[in-house]
Amino acid sequence: MKARQKRLALVVGGVAVLGIGAWLVLSAFQKNLVFFFTPTQILAGEAPQGRSFRVGGMVETGTLMHQPDGLTWTFTVTDMAHKIPVTYHGILPDLFKEGKGVVAEGKLVGDTFTAEQVLAKHDENYMPPDAAYAMKKGQEAKDATAKLGVTVAADQSKGGK
Amino acid sequence: MIPELGNFSIMLALCLALVLGIFPIAGSFSRNVRWMALARPVAAGQFVFVTVAFACLVSCFVTNDFSVAYVATNSNSLLPLYYRIAGTWGGHEGSLLLWVEMLSVWTFAVSLFSRQLPEQTVARVLGVMGLISIGFLCFMLFTSNPFERMLPGAVDGHDLNPLLQDFGMIVHPPMLYMGYVGFSVAFAFAIAALMGGQLDAAWARWSRPWTLVAWMFLTLGIFMGSFWAYYELGWGGWWFWDAVENASFMPWLVGTALIHSLAVTEKRGSFKNWTVLLAIIAFSLSLLGTFLVRSGVLTSVHAFATDPRRGAYILIFLAIVIGGSLALYAWRAPKVGLGGRFALVSRESLLLVNNVLLLVAAATVLLGTMYPLFLDALGMGKISVGPPYFDTVFVPLMLPVLLLLAVGPFVRWKEASFAEVVRRLRWLALATLIFAGVAALSFAPSPLTVMGAAFSAWILLVTASYAIERLRHAPAGMPLWQRIRREPRGYWGMIVAHAGVGIFVLGVTMVKGTEVSNDVSMHIGDTTSAGSYSFRFVNFEDNIQGPNYIAKRGTFEVSRNGNIVTTMTPEKRNYVVQHMDMTIAAIDRGFTRDLYVSLGEPGINGAWVVRVQHKPFVSWIWAGCIIIAFGGFLAASDKRYRLAKKRRAAELEQAALPV
Repeated sequence: MKARQKRLALVVGGVAVLGIGAWLVLSAFQKNLVFFFTPTQILAGEAPQGRSFRVGGMVETGTLMHQPDGLTWTFTVTDMAHKIPVTYHGILPDLFKEGKGVVAEGKLVGDTFTAEQVLAKHDENYMPPDAAYAMKKGQEAKDATAKLGVTVAADQSKGGK
Repeated sequence: MIPELGNFSIMLALCLALVLGIFPIAGSFSRNVRWMALARPVAAGQFVFVTVAFACLVSCFVTNDFSVAYVATNSNSLLPLYYRIAGTWGGHEGSLLLWVEMLSVWTFAVSLFSRQLPEQTVARVLGVMGLISIGFLCFMLFTSNPFERMLPGAVDGHDLNPLLQDFGMIVHPPMLYMGYVGFSVAFAFAIAALMGGQLDAAWARWSRPWTLVAWMFLTLGIFMGSFWAYYELGWGGWWFWDAVENASFMPWLVGTALIHSLAVTEKRGSFKNWTVLLAIIAFSLSLLGTFLVRSGVLTSVHAFATDPRRGAYILIFLAIVIGGSLALYAWRAPKVGLGGRFALVSRESLLLVNNVLLLVAAATVLLGTMYPLFLDALGMGKISVGPPYFDTVFVPLMLPVLLLLAVGPFVRWKEASFAEVVRRLRWLALATLIFAGVAALSFAPSPLTVMGAAFSAWILLVTASYAIERLRHAPAGMPLWQRIRREPRGYWGMIVAHAGVGIFVLGVTMVKGTEVSNDVSMHIGDTTSAGSYSFRFVNFEDNIQGPNYIAKRGTFEVSRNGNIVTTMTPEKRNYVVQHMDMTIAAIDRGFTRDLYVSLGEPGINGAWVVRVQHKPFVSWIWAGCIIIAFGGFLAASDKRYRLAKKRRAAELEQAALPV
């Protein structure tokens, strides 16, 4: 009987340890999930405030600017339907270019996306799939609004503020 | 002509693989000795044809045959010869061929070094490897043929991705593949054991050295990848929990569990079922890794053009291999049995805990790697899992492993006394605690750093004391070298590998805990600092011509306490063919620290944005990996794995002698 109780205690202990372990793993997992949003989704208010997420699209030509401290960059990411202004403090990856696809990870502060990380692409012609996805969605949104008779120009001025 | 010869060789190799996959296994069940005897010659033939195909592809690269589509996309006539050769495995098709080449090498090696094995086992092991080979050869022929011609041929090639133009490209993929594919031997052995329903100590003794060698190559391959990323990507990171890295790390974790569980199966006859399962999982993860990385499911420098046919083929192949072997396991494992029993406090128990933790760690990595892919494939949204997840989950899982790793050798097999272990280790535990106190007061800024340093000290101290204790057991007056020789190599392999883990942990702890990284905007003449070093921007040159690039170069004078230490020259290169910019960091390596300077982008008014880093003990990470791999090599070269062979040879010689 004693040996049996001991074994039972071991099994219960083991299950408890496993349970706690699994709970810790899953909560860490939950906490570190990074969701992806397109500029259109962000402007529609779908992205969370105060939590990290990723945004993807194209760096709009002519928007990349150096701030006076020499280390902070600002640029605009567009999915062709809507635009979102981005600031980034640090060194941009080698393949970051205006007019090319980009994915940035960071938080939304007010209307501006503050990037903590700008992800590199691996060659000149390669488009990050997330960015390509955002552009496709943006195009679809644009087509849909055009069909509804809402002018695209008005839409863009709203997005570009 | 040569590409056609290569293509033809692959087809012939496929025919032989079909023979190898069908007849020896069938013969092993119907006791057809002739069919079983086919295994060895056919394995040799397959090796010859795959090698001919591989040589053909290399020769296409060497002779710049741009009519071959694969060569045209991965090479260029300006590329130096050694990178043209390495370009052979620079893309999807060629790396598949390299995989198959490795598989045929391992198969051939098994056929050569298996003379002392029963004919039936040899037939089954080689047969299973033949089946794997069929899958890969078909995949290559039907979806990704490296010898496909282009009409008209290209005038010049598209060039190898500049990121890949490095010594690492020559070494890293072959090493990694040797490791991945090497697990196919352990897998084939496991499947053969399941087929026969028999698994004994001899089986374990036989598959151990193969598994150790594969594990050693995998260790070196991962190390090379990390080391390469560290200097090549230009920003000083060495592990990113990137899906591609995880793909190679998961088989490593399970492989590590496997070599320990094999030790138990050989020494004690326990863990039989478990060992077989680990062998299956390790190889399945290797397959998953290969396909994840090479199929374009993951986007990174490793991935190439996507083709939906490939994805479908891969899924089916994985389902057959993993599903089939697990089904066989479920059906036959009860016959193999669990093996010997052991008490709660025993070395077996500790190794079981180590195994479970390593497997759980691999599972958490798998969750973080695959979950985003699943969601994406099911159209349920795009997410990614941040590196903090891996850090928060992985570190707590590994802490008990590190603690037990040192203690394990002190604990007896079968049944040990907890009190005795405590008695033998108490002074070392005290010394470790004192070291932790000193670390907390002097160099370690955070509790985690103190803990890491203490764990590494614990591993090194306990392992060293164990080694000394064993050396003392030798008869008095024996010279040290002979005392060392007296102990088996397998034992030294363990000591060396465990010490390597201690060194690795120290390196990781120090880099993570105390590195300094500064991004600054600098004009010529400006000075900045990192750690106790100061960096002065002294010169800048533009338009430096390289063989296939144009570079900008900054010169930095590094000093410490007013004494000049070194001069560093980071570059920014533009590779002409692909119009690709690359940061070439300058690294000053040292025993206790690396200095790392990278040139960012032009700033305002002629300034440059520069990143300077002080990375303490980063070389210890690499040193640790190499030492761990060396431990694997020592263990694999243990005499007792060759003894059986020699004994057999001696018997044969005796039989041949005239009486």
